[in-house]
Amino acid sequence: MSNADIKQTINEILVEEFEVDAEVIQPEAPLRESLDLDSLDYVDLVVLIESNFGVKLGEADFAGMTTFQDFYNVIENKILAK
Amino acid sequence: MSKRVVITGMGIYSCIGTNLEEVRKSLFEGKSGIVVDESRIAFGFKSPLTGMVPVPNLKNELTRRQRISMGEESEYAYVATREALQHAGIDESYIDANEVGILYGNDSVSKAVIEATDIVREKKDTQLIGSGAIFKSMNSTVTMNLATILGLKGVNMTISAACASGSHAIGLGYMFIKQGLQDMIICGGAQEINPYAMASFDGLGVFAEDIEHPESASRPFDIDRTGLVPSGGAATVILESYESAVKRGAPIIAEVLGYGFSSNGGHISTPNIDGPAMAMRRALEQAGIAADEVDYINAHATSTPIGDANEGKAILEVFGGKPFVSSTKSMTGHECWMAGASEIVYSTLMLQHGFIAPNINLKQVDSGLEELNLVSSTIKQEIDIYLSNSFGFGGTNSAVVVKKFNNE
Repeated sequence: MSNADIKQTINEILVEEFEVDAEVIQPEAPLRESLDLDSLDYVDLVVLIESNFGVKLGEADFAGMTTFQDFYNVIENKILAK
Repeated sequence: MSKRVVITGMGIYSCIGTNLEEVRKSLFEGKSGIVVDESRIAFGFKSPLTGMVPVPNLKNELTRRQRISMGEESEYAYVATREALQHAGIDESYIDANEVGILYGNDSVSKAVIEATDIVREKKDTQLIGSGAIFKSMNSTVTMNLATILGLKGVNMTISAACASGSHAIGLGYMFIKQGLQDMIICGGAQEINPYAMASFDGLGVFAEDIEHPESASRPFDIDRTGLVPSGGAATVILESYESAVKRGAPIIAEVLGYGFSSNGGHISTPNIDGPAMAMRRALEQAGIAADEVDYINAHATSTPIGDANEGKAILEVFGGKPFVSSTKSMTGHECWMAGASEIVYSTLMLQHGFIAPNINLKQVDSGLEELNLVSSTIKQEIDIYLSNSFGFGGTNSAVVVKKFNNE
């Protein structure tokens, strides 16, 4: 799976499951604010990424994550490391 | 000083209709809502018969966060409550400005629990269950969801009392308002419809198995009855103090006069005569009326041999053969945790529209119950006062008395 494919899949998941407008998702936009994530939403994000990519996000992964691009990078690296 | 308690709104989501008008029509026409669910055969059920309701589509109405915490029973309860609030003329601004409570009957969340457990068994990681599961996996799921969605600030709890849950919820709502503790309470009952919820009940061998004739499988009081048919959905009743209803200028549909309760003190599943009779007598006493003032009894009668026989005897003991009697479960099947609330809605619709819905599939009355004034086909009949019975496992009994409203 190419990085472009990963990014596209993530965006589709966010639009479909988190019901956000596609235009909200911009690489440099802040992830938490754009998706209006609360503590419960992070749990669902972990579930969706695991079920789609087979990789598990942990607290440490979210700690250094600010933008959508950071989010893509973390997942891409996890998939590579599998 | 105790307050008068009135009904100002109702909502229903059941296998005989998904709103008040559809249900009124089905009741009048004696229409059955029972179908065959083929998936239950593959699952291992002895009987695939069930009441069925459509899956509500709430996507455009509730947020993702709200929806993922709701199992089917909460979805049904939401739709029924939306109709009841609208019926009562209650909007968001009223709820914001006033203390409204919720007491709802529910006694299982089987599907949510099993689905969450299956995920952990497979993934060996609880985090992968997702955030909504905990709020779907508790018996109080209906009240926690509706109280949050609607922004309620009054009493907020679920009543679990087996197949009498919905009736006790209304009875307790009546008590809260009567004592002046609340002015308005959303009361009701909800019941999930899925194989997980009913598998162990099916395993007891108490479900009717007439697969060839689903619509005539539920035959309360008939000599050839063979068992109950499970069903579900949700029903909501808006209970309000008379003063509150008058202050709002709300149309008053009916008045709750009494609530009787008792426990059999006996077998966990086999009902007796004395317990139900005690609940009915208490309801009459609380209502301050004589037995012969009751025009109609909506029987609990689920179509099981011993249950219907004992209830019939209890009714004869308390009322004799005067009041009209029917079991709407002949059409709806047994709506379990919801039944006590839905049967208040069904009976109040009859009271409003001047008819008695039939106990369909009644060909020959069981021996010993011939004196009951059973209604086997719809009759046009004004009802001034009715009593609705609900009984459950563990011997819990509830009887609610309701009167057509007049300002005396």
